[in-house]
Amino acid sequence: MTLRDVINKLLGRQANSAGTARQRLQLVLAHDRSDLNPELLQQMRREILEVVSRYVEIDLEEGDVSLATEDRVTALVANLPIRRARPIVEPEPASEPLSPEHLEV
Amino acid sequence: MTAASTRFILICSGKGGVGKTTLTANLGIALARQGARTAVLDADFGLRNLDLLLGLENRIVFTAQEVLAGSCRLEQALVKHKQEQNLALLPAGNPRMLEWLTPDDMRKVAQMVGEHADFVLIDAPAGIEGGFRNAMAAASEAIVVTTPEVSAVRDADRVIGLLNSEGVKPIQLVLNRVRPRMMANQEMLTVDDVTDILALPLLGLVLEDEQVIVSTNRGEPLTLNGTNSPAARAYANVARRVLGEDVELIDPSKERKGLRAKISRLMNTKIF
Repeated sequence: MTLRDVINKLLGRQANSAGTARQRLQLVLAHDRSDLNPELLQQMRREILEVVSRYVEIDLEEGDVSLATEDRVTALVANLPIRRARPIVEPEPASEPLSPEHLEV
Repeated sequence: MTAASTRFILICSGKGGVGKTTLTANLGIALARQGARTAVLDADFGLRNLDLLLGLENRIVFTAQEVLAGSCRLEQALVKHKQEQNLALLPAGNPRMLEWLTPDDMRKVAQMVGEHADFVLIDAPAGIEGGFRNAMAAASEAIVVTTPEVSAVRDADRVIGLLNSEGVKPIQLVLNRVRPRMMANQEMLTVDDVTDILALPLLGLVLEDEQVIVSTNRGEPLTLNGTNSPAARAYANVARRVLGEDVELIDPSKERKGLRAKISRLMNTKIF
């Protein structure tokens, strides 16, 4: 935080616009680069969660599927905390419940 | 130099009005002044202006159109610059050419021009449609011009995506119309913001400069007369870097002197 930010806060002024520009650009570019509209992304998110939850019980509240961009490479980042593994229905005995851990896709 | 070592450089931006044509004109003159045989090719057939910025609008007899149609020789269409003999312009033809012009046509005409030049600068039209794709086909490397504004940066990003997919490289960035005071006040995207977002090496940094308008009024690019304005120096430095010279970039925060600049620097120091 800079002196300027402190003064702006004290005076109840709006934050400087360059930061806003940067954030808005990063978001809009992640979508431009992937050529996915928000609706499609939402649908993909739902389907990914659906598939993953067939195998493991995931924490839907904590889960997050989003686009991130770095160095002109856009990645689909899924961060899905696992509560426990689902018992496998095959003759094999169910595996031990997993301790909560993060599955990175 | 033989035609094999000719460099075909596309100058593009996506968004209109950010300074493509001004850069093409100034870089063309500056390269020519350094002794490089330079040709500038106006690939903006719809809204041509390169002739005007170079002060050559009254000397056009034939254009790229007649060259492609075979109704004149290339030498007849090329317009030599009045003061700078190393520079020649191939004017854009009639806007109706857009209806039939193909990327192959552009490639052909650029190759012809390249026979006689060390550098061929291709001034691309705004947009990412047919006209831009034609211009891109003729280039092997590119300079993307942008300004520190959200719309210009976003459009530049789209263009860089297309250049990447066509294998045009290297791609370098010229950041135009920089206002050091606004950057210092954090009311404008900084140089680092833009280079980080677009992930391109910076070839030049041009400060906002009223002399640019004066020079376009006259049809005499700033680099022509060795005027010592900030933009003139910046364009001359871009040319030297294109020629492989290692010239340091200016630091916008050091371009401002006096008490106000000092206070503004103090205001931007991180305190916690």
